[in-house]
Amino acid sequence: MGNTDSGRRNLLRDGLTWGAAAAATTVGLTAFTQDEIEESGEKVKLLSQHGEIVEIDKAYLKPVPDAYIDRLEARQGIEGKKFVMVIDLAQCKNLRKCHDACEAMHHLSPEKEWLKVLKMEDSELTSPYWQPTTCFHCDEPPCVKVCPVDATFKRTDGIVLIDNERCIGCRFCMVACPYSARVFDWSEPEIPPEVAGVPYSPETGCPPKKGTVSKCDFCPDMSRKGILPPCVTACPNGVFYFGDENEDAVSNGTITVRLSELLRDRAGYRYLEDLGTKPRLYYLPAVNRAFPFEDDEFTGGQKVD
Amino acid sequence: MWPEENTYLKNEVVHDLMPRPFGSLGMLWVLFLLTLFATGVFYYLKQIEQGLSITAMRDYSIWGIYVSNFVFFVAISLVGSLISAILKLTNTDWRSPLTRISEMIAVASISFAAIVIIIDMGRPDRFLNVILHARLQSPITWDVIVILTYLVISILLLYLPMLPDLAIMRDSEITIPAWQRKMYRILAMNWKGTERQISLLKRSEVRLSILIIPVAFGIHTVTSWLFATTLRPGWDSTNFGPYFVSGAFMVGAGAVIAAMYIFRKFMHLEKYFTDRLFDHMAKLLVLLSLVYLYFNVNEYFIPAYKMKEYEAEHIHELFYGNYAPLFWSVQIGGMIIPIIVLLFPKGRRPTPMFFVSILVITGAWFKRFLIVVPTLSEPFIPMDRVPESWKHYFPTYAEWSITIGTLAGALLIITFLVRFFPIVPMAETIEIKHKQIKQASEP
Repeated sequence: MGNTDSGRRNLLRDGLTWGAAAAATTVGLTAFTQDEIEESGEKVKLLSQHGEIVEIDKAYLKPVPDAYIDRLEARQGIEGKKFVMVIDLAQCKNLRKCHDACEAMHHLSPEKEWLKVLKMEDSELTSPYWQPTTCFHCDEPPCVKVCPVDATFKRTDGIVLIDNERCIGCRFCMVACPYSARVFDWSEPEIPPEVAGVPYSPETGCPPKKGTVSKCDFCPDMSRKGILPPCVTACPNGVFYFGDENEDAVSNGTITVRLSELLRDRAGYRYLEDLGTKPRLYYLPAVNRAFPFEDDEFTGGQKVD
Repeated sequence: MWPEENTYLKNEVVHDLMPRPFGSLGMLWVLFLLTLFATGVFYYLKQIEQGLSITAMRDYSIWGIYVSNFVFFVAISLVGSLISAILKLTNTDWRSPLTRISEMIAVASISFAAIVIIIDMGRPDRFLNVILHARLQSPITWDVIVILTYLVISILLLYLPMLPDLAIMRDSEITIPAWQRKMYRILAMNWKGTERQISLLKRSEVRLSILIIPVAFGIHTVTSWLFATTLRPGWDSTNFGPYFVSGAFMVGAGAVIAAMYIFRKFMHLEKYFTDRLFDHMAKLLVLLSLVYLYFNVNEYFIPAYKMKEYEAEHIHELFYGNYAPLFWSVQIGGMIIPIIVLLFPKGRRPTPMFFVSILVITGAWFKRFLIVVPTLSEPFIPMDRVPESWKHYFPTYAEWSITIGTLAGALLIITFLVRFFPIVPMAETIEIKHKQIKQASEP
């Protein structure tokens, strides 16, 4: 399993006959019969169905519209998958690229944080560390348990999603979540023009709806396209690993490793395990750290190394 | 039974208890409540337009005074079952003048409990989803079921025992507007006081009284489970059900005492709300307060003894942190002082009792605040990089206005019920007086 030039790996190869390189959105080839196309002169390498590398002009590529997943289908989950995330605390230095990428991807306003980077200190003498926190997509989700209208649900692929068109805004799920992963649209959300006309899907939570709950969704729409979530690819230190428990493989965008080996060798654990929520997110302890702990509130987001 | 009647006695009771039009003070009171209620409605309309962002609630302080006010209303509504069911079934004879007022309080507060929880919803327009997509796993669904059941039984317990009174008012010679007499005629449902009607009524009253007790326990236990079914420190307690129920009975008794005092004073009902009745209610309130104190000791002492990490933070905040001034005011002012005052015969006189009941009710309202808010201010994960205002919830002007509006609304319901319906059951009073006369005349 080789890497593509951008360093991204197609974890989910299903349905992807043409592995398009270095594109944020999936692209396909336009029909060869069209002769009006003006060649751009820029060539791209593609992998054909027969396993051959072919080089074609970029002008022949056209974006394939994303499959629209409706509210009913979004409850099912991607077949055969069991998504899992691993966060390597030893590599995190609070660059917050994950946070920014998440904010951009989901068009979140600054106070609406689906992904937080928290300063943690377990006890007085132990060393502080940075802990990125997303929704844990628990296997025993307390949020799903308490929802009175089945607006938040657990899918077969392990993902917990919200149907913002059913949510009544009681916020019981937010109260029930011990990880404060959920956020609320307290007022009419600002909808950026690029998503204004998009039909609503629980898989993207977009466009957001006033008076309803939202949270990290593990980007199932990206997984359908075979692309890692933006928090994973945005991190320059490879803190985030995302993958499939059934495949026993997770990738941080640079390397792909066996989930079981990673958790075994690096002593993976889950946050607040004793609460019994069985998160689908594992942490690797902040040992043998790549960086010393620096708490610089003001440069944290901007500093580039 | 009341066929062979002493007309003089009956006329006296009817004269005393017949609802009267508001005096100037009454008008002023209604106007005052209407102003508060209208302000609340105004801010609620604003909330519908702008969303819950006009409250101080944010992603950590997820619930605020709307929810604590809801718990308060549910709590106070339990008084209906206390007076008209528990005291009835235990054959407590002194309770009869109190049944009507306690049911009025129950109906008004449980109706507003339902309204308040809709006010707290981010999407009140989707309220029907609670029924259309109901999930039985959710404590909210249980609450919806049990609140509606309680509301229906409470209305029946207010209405059915009033049938003979409605008939008395329908047939009375006191001049009342024609529409009012018509209303009594319709509501009295052809009540004639026949043997069969009386026996049917008595039987249904007993059945409803039995039925309402588990529902009353259910309504407040389920409300406590909205908190106790979560993992959060301060709420993660097996003690919560009885703790809530006992607190509810206590504030309910307090509410009845306050109502007794006010109506006795302004409607001159000294003959019915006697000093002896106050003394009985005081003793009942002491008992209920002691039970509540017992559950408080359990609720705070045990976690404070163990000092588990997250529970410890919660206890610290309450005992000597940000919430300490309010916590100790509520615990001492709303519980300890009432118990001490009411233990002395001098404290069991109407006027000191009135002040004690106001302490109990105010304390109970803020106690619900202390149950709901501090826990949410101490989440498991650190509140990092959030605006300072998110860390300390303090309700906004809009939230206060809406909340005060709901309290005024409940008082308005009670006021209007009292305007048109006798606050002390007429028929039952006549019956009891007859019995007393008979007993006295027998050798």
